[in-house]
Amino acid sequence: MAMEVTQVLLNAQSIDGAVRKNAEDSLKQFQEQNLPVFLVSLSGELANEEKPVETRKLAGLVLKNALDAKEQHRKFELVQRWLSLDGNAKSQIKACLLTTLTSPVSDARSTASQVIAKVAGIELPHKQWPELIGSLLSNVHQLPAQAKQATLETLGYLCEEVSPDVIDQDQVNKILTAVVQGMSSSEGNTDVRLAATRALYNALGFAQANFSNDMERDYIMRVVCEATLSPEVRIRQAAFECLVSISSTYYEKLAPYIQDIFNITAKAVREDEEPVALQAIEFWSSICDEEIDILEEYGGDFTGDSDIPCFYFIKQALPALVPMLLETLLKQEEDQDQDEGAWNIAMAGGTCLGLVARTVGDDIVPLVVPFIEENISKPDWRQREAATYAFGSILEGPSPEKLIPLVNVALTFMLSALTKDPNSHVKDTTAWTLGRIFEFLHGSVVDSPIISQANCQQIITVLLQSMKDTPNVAEKACGALYFLAQGYEEMGPSSPLTPFFQEIVQSLLTVTHREDAGESRLRTAAYETLNEVVRCSTDETAPLVLQLVPVIMMELHNTLEGQKLSSDEREKQSELQGLLCGCLQVIIQKLGASEPTKYVFMQYADQIMGLFLRVFACRSATVHEEAMLAIGALAYATGADFAKYMPEFYRYLEMGLQNFEEYQVCAVTVGVVGDISRALEEKIVPYCDGIMTQLLKNLSSNQLHRSVKPPIFSCFGDIALAVGEYFEKYLMWAMSALQSAAELSTHIAGDDELVEYTNSLRNGILEAYSGIFQGFKNSPKTQLLIPYAPHILQFLDGIYMEKDMDDVVMKTAIGVLGDLADTLGSHAGSMIQQSVSSKDFLNECLSSEDLMIKESAEWAKLAISRAISV
Amino acid sequence: MAPHDNRRPFKRAAISDQQKRRELSLLRQAQNRRDAQQQARCLASSILSLQSAAPESQPEQSDIELETVPEAEQESEAFSKDLDVRQASKLRGPEVRKWFARQLMLPEWMIDVPDRLAQDWYVFARPAGKRCFVVSSNGTTVSRQRNGSILHHFPSALPAGAKIRDGSGSAQSYCILDCIFHELDQTYYVIDMVCWNGYSLYDCTAEFRFYWLNSKLEESGACNAPSHYHKFRFSAVPVYNCDQSGLHAAYTGVVPYAKDGLLFYNKHALYQTGNTPLALVWKDENCSQFVIDTDGKGEIPSQQQVVLELQDDRKLVTSDDPPVLFGCLDGDIIEKSGLHTGNLLRFAIGDGGLSFVDGKLEKADLIYLGKSNRARAFADSYSKGFQLKSL
Repeated sequence: MAMEVTQVLLNAQSIDGAVRKNAEDSLKQFQEQNLPVFLVSLSGELANEEKPVETRKLAGLVLKNALDAKEQHRKFELVQRWLSLDGNAKSQIKACLLTTLTSPVSDARSTASQVIAKVAGIELPHKQWPELIGSLLSNVHQLPAQAKQATLETLGYLCEEVSPDVIDQDQVNKILTAVVQGMSSSEGNTDVRLAATRALYNALGFAQANFSNDMERDYIMRVVCEATLSPEVRIRQAAFECLVSISSTYYEKLAPYIQDIFNITAKAVREDEEPVALQAIEFWSSICDEEIDILEEYGGDFTGDSDIPCFYFIKQALPALVPMLLETLLKQEEDQDQDEGAWNIAMAGGTCLGLVARTVGDDIVPLVVPFIEENISKPDWRQREAATYAFGSILEGPSPEKLIPLVNVALTFMLSALTKDPNSHVKDTTAWTLGRIFEFLHGSVVDSPIISQANCQQIITVLLQSMKDTPNVAEKACGALYFLAQGYEEMGPSSPLTPFFQEIVQSLLTVTHREDAGESRLRTAAYETLNEVVRCSTDETAPLVLQLVPVIMMELHNTLEGQKLSSDEREKQSELQGLLCGCLQVIIQKLGASEPTKYVFMQYADQIMGLFLRVFACRSATVHEEAMLAIGALAYATGADFAKYMPEFYRYLEMGLQNFEEYQVCAVTVGVVGDISRALEEKIVPYCDGIMTQLLKNLSSNQLHRSVKPPIFSCFGDIALAVGEYFEKYLMWAMSALQSAAELSTHIAGDDELVEYTNSLRNGILEAYSGIFQGFKNSPKTQLLIPYAPHILQFLDGIYMEKDMDDVVMKTAIGVLGDLADTLGSHAGSMIQQSVSSKDFLNECLSSEDLMIKESAEWAKLAISRAISV
Repeated sequence: MAPHDNRRPFKRAAISDQQKRRELSLLRQAQNRRDAQQQARCLASSILSLQSAAPESQPEQSDIELETVPEAEQESEAFSKDLDVRQASKLRGPEVRKWFARQLMLPEWMIDVPDRLAQDWYVFARPAGKRCFVVSSNGTTVSRQRNGSILHHFPSALPAGAKIRDGSGSAQSYCILDCIFHELDQTYYVIDMVCWNGYSLYDCTAEFRFYWLNSKLEESGACNAPSHYHKFRFSAVPVYNCDQSGLHAAYTGVVPYAKDGLLFYNKHALYQTGNTPLALVWKDENCSQFVIDTDGKGEIPSQQQVVLELQDDRKLVTSDDPPVLFGCLDGDIIEKSGLHTGNLLRFAIGDGGLSFVDGKLEKADLIYLGKSNRARAFADSYSKGFQLKSL
């Protein structure tokens, strides 16, 4: 019962588009007509040694795509489809796949490996195909090298595909034994050893128990370290990748090996080929990541509470590690700063040096300063650049007290280098270093300012000058200006930037018009800096920000003038529109925040809205998101008058809510519905039917990214608060959606990410309840809410007793208790008194150190006392 | 299996500006949502406290007759917590006036001498000027008068009172001071401390509040001369124990401000909003230039006046909690003058004065003069009527 697929598969790879299209249609048709036969045929094709290699490969690929997809819901469908497939067909397919592992054709073997892993990924969690691992491993020792290599590769993919808890320890042990034996130096075949090393990389996650056993761990570590010395570069690289993975997965087990690993990595960094050296550096970067996390979490206080202690590997290795990293800085490539995708040993070494500085703080400074002093004025640009890069790298981590004296000395030198150094690479790094100085050592965090009135002018002059340099240097200069402005935020009514505001804005706009602004993301950087300059501006410069409005509007207008564009040009156009909408959004938010500027700004509202509406006609997710955010800010500034834009805007709002694929757009639109509800209040009523219908639809969809669902619930609250008792129409639907979500979110079982998500869901649900209660308050329809009260109180009690809510949820939850009491009054008095929330939970919140929680709790206490006293 | 790429961001900021815009928008929306919620809660509570004054029985004759209002709800002032003071700046129009009118602790007029005056009470000379709440938060300071209108918006050396770089502008930090602004030397005289640096003193005794006021205010630098980040000087007032020498000092002592009566605070009293018998005011011509109401031209009217609030059943009540009924207004007057419930009306006390039976006000001879000044947010208190009587 197989069909002939060879010709169709060949056609599907034809260079003739029409032939290809035809073949693809046929494949689709086969699939729809008789799926089991089709899949069996594909597996037969893959297994058949007489077929051409291309069709075998493609058959495997089509088979693989029938098992897995990127989109979550599609993947789910495919899994269900496979599980319900005829058992006989599945057995045939699996047999073909396993046979193919012994094929002499390497592409066929490799394809089969991947498909087997996909099938295992579906079946093993359902306790199906239990014999798979056994049969893969049964005679692995006796297999010819090619089949052995394919088997190990299959195990690698399988470990990538399946989660560790579905494979029992006995099988894990067998897998690891086979893999580690394949890796060992006694394995003569390079391909086998490489496949085994790569398989170990994926299998490490399964080795929890084995890493807890000293002997087994010692053995695995020895084999990995030996593999880093293999004569084959790909094996060395793969072995270092294993070490990198071990450094994060088994950090706490590394102490006995760290000295040896240092020796191995140091040798690799100094002598080995770049791909290997990069992994060796990455090992130390990864250790830094671990230690930074541990130190951040426990604040250096390691009592019995900490899960994982900090072993201070970096601190101990420091005297040897830092010189090793400094050496790498001198290995720059020419023009690496003009190449977006560049990644080389100097870049990796500098990045690692920055992480080391964050890990150890002050201790790194004396180890790096001599290197800087020795090299910063050398005739060789590599030395000057390396010295500057080293300086820039250590600016985050050490204390300001340690760094400020250095910066005070270096600042003038840097400013002069940025204008005078003949080498563009040096200037690039110098501008970046200035940016880091301003980011970490300028602003309200620092006691003694590094920028005075005297050098402020010079700094700005130099940065504006550099913005005319090559795109990569100009981009870094924009970045430095960004942080310079940021440091003056919250500076009070007067900013030192005020005298230069006009000049800065003008220079940034000039940069955006440079012909080469598309290179090195220069245009983006210029607009981002403009945004930050606006955000951090003070009342003194509000008139100048106002003047900017028509300028940016004109820019946006120009992008909308219809000329025929190539798809490449259109993409650039969209990017620019996104930047301009983002800039307008920042300006609107700034000017809308204070009454006098808002008043003047409103003269532009009609025109701006007109532009945004035209922007929606263009198809680009980023642009839509930016325009939507800007409209939210505009609605907030406009207030009830926003109603006049609604007839035209509504369809784009609806479009945004329907945009499941680009869920960021959907999420942002949901937030804007909230803005509009608050702005329009009851004037939003005419649009509520459409909005509520769509929101309810979104909630029940499994295609919508889950992160959008909590904001949808919050949005229910916004609408209810805006329209009051008019919400009655939707009450039943909204409450039932809330109730089922509440039941789901009472208990959390899962990782940190799930805990975080569940708490955000709870918060959304609670905000909805708050909005609904407050919206119905003082209305004759209050009693409609009474039937829902028991469940809501139960939900509050439930999440209280779970003891895993975060502070935000706690604050919202106790507020809901108050809102319920406030709105329902005596109707809910006895119900409230019976709830745990009204006693233990309330008391806990009343004595909270979090002011917001305390405030909400006090409100709740008063509302309850009234409800039960009446 | 291909090698794994471990490249890291190079010379790049940790988050993109686009992500920052997104996060700032979310932050603004969350803040707006909180404000909207809080406003709903505050509005609800201020409406509630106003309604609570409505009495149930309706007198039949238009003759002015007196009776005390039945026990009103006890908790009507209960929402006056520090959080609301900051949130209430979001209220608009008449709501804001009603709301702020009820947040300050208002002394009763001293009609008799409390027991244990010497042991349990403080006395100090009240500075002449505008009574107001001074709230510092988020790097700015706002003073609001009893009617809710903003007096000044300025930077100050109070914690969180100005945008300066010492990090004191954290969201948790704020202060609420009960002050009198003294025009002559442009100084805020702090007569009570309600919240300091995020710490609420509502539930603390006057003894502690005054101690705290004296030590913390000085410490903060708020008593320093005005500067760029500190537009007005603050000052504590000298507070005495209410014994012979204390009373003498307060009554006759020299202070840098014009006196407007004496204030008496019970040492054990918490900060209670609205009228309270645990704070008392005394005025006579020796210690106050304002002992008697003056009219717009600064002349003493021939008859003393009171301002009362009109209820929806034509009753006239004081600002006390519970309100005290002073009389009932003729329906004709209401119609002719186009008066509405809640209007504040000015009355002259006629020759009949006030009559008392068993210590309760029985009858007041009131003569309707007209509506009171629009900026007024509350009626006079019962005890003012008393002191007028005793004059």
